[in-house]
Amino acid sequence: MKVSARDMKLIQLVQYGLPLCSHPYKEIGKHIDMDEQEVIDRLKKMQESGVIKRMGVVVRHRKLGYRANAMVVWNIPDDQVKETGKKISQFEFVTLCYRRPRQLPQWPYNLFSMIHGSDRDAVTENIHELARQCGLQDVNYEILFSKRCFKQRGAIYHPGDSSGRD
Amino acid sequence: MQKEFSDLERHILNDYQHNLPLTPTPYADIASETGVSEDDVINAVQKLSDEGVISRVGAVFAPNKIGVSTLAAVSVPEDRLQEVADMINKYEEVNHNYEREHAFNLWFVITAADDARLKEIIHEIECLSGTPVLNLPLVEDFHIDLGFNLKWAHAYE
Repeated sequence: MKVSARDMKLIQLVQYGLPLCSHPYKEIGKHIDMDEQEVIDRLKKMQESGVIKRMGVVVRHRKLGYRANAMVVWNIPDDQVKETGKKISQFEFVTLCYRRPRQLPQWPYNLFSMIHGSDRDAVTENIHELARQCGLQDVNYEILFSKRCFKQRGAIYHPGDSSGRD
Repeated sequence: MQKEFSDLERHILNDYQHNLPLTPTPYADIASETGVSEDDVINAVQKLSDEGVISRVGAVFAPNKIGVSTLAAVSVPEDRLQEVADMINKYEEVNHNYEREHAFNLWFVITAADDARLKEIIHEIECLSGTPVLNLPLVEDFHIDLGFNLKWAHAYE
């Protein structure tokens, strides 16, 4: 799916978030010479085509009491990684699941999953349950708990056009 | 401990992570579904934003559709961690940056308009931090993002 130059102008604004006012799409459009309906139609199309994964409130999990967060990295045989990735994604406590390249010798893992929970023990228990249900007990994996959060916000692909929002 | 939220706040947090109305007046539409006023919704979202519970109301883009992104990590001594994290955070293209329990102890996500810019940022971070960057670009996304499941039933029973 190709993103047009006009879509890109809209993305540059929407990536910083919508204004909190009665007509947010109209307000966004004003900055880029688009009327309200065009903004809505373009956002709808991008959602249908999968460019936009979701539209809505973006929460900070730490503020919701989900203090423990672990990135679990797995070394899965290449011919099984797709199937395993799909399986892992089914668990409700898994919030992300990506395949990434190994970088040998220092990094042997090719599947990454993010798991949140109220505390460390709950997360550890969830991971063991997941490994058991997916038959991954004998697979090489590591649990990387998060400690300090130095930054968390939405992705900025094209900096410089924030209209003062973040 | 779960923070205490009002019914309206819970409704907003739980039900509008992935279906913000794409209509001229989304907040008024949420209000009429909920039986409150548009101002009530706007004020509640504002309050949650001020408290840092909500980082924004907007779009979450699929990775690698409108630009490129990568997960990167460096291994830095504990006493230099804050300094290196601050240096990395200066890039507007860096959106997540966490300390994690591992020899690679600083993990961050970089998004950029194109590969050239991404490579440039990685190169600069390597020069400024004096340590190689582990670069792990996305190959495949298996997860359908429906936002964060708050499981209110568990929290409030």
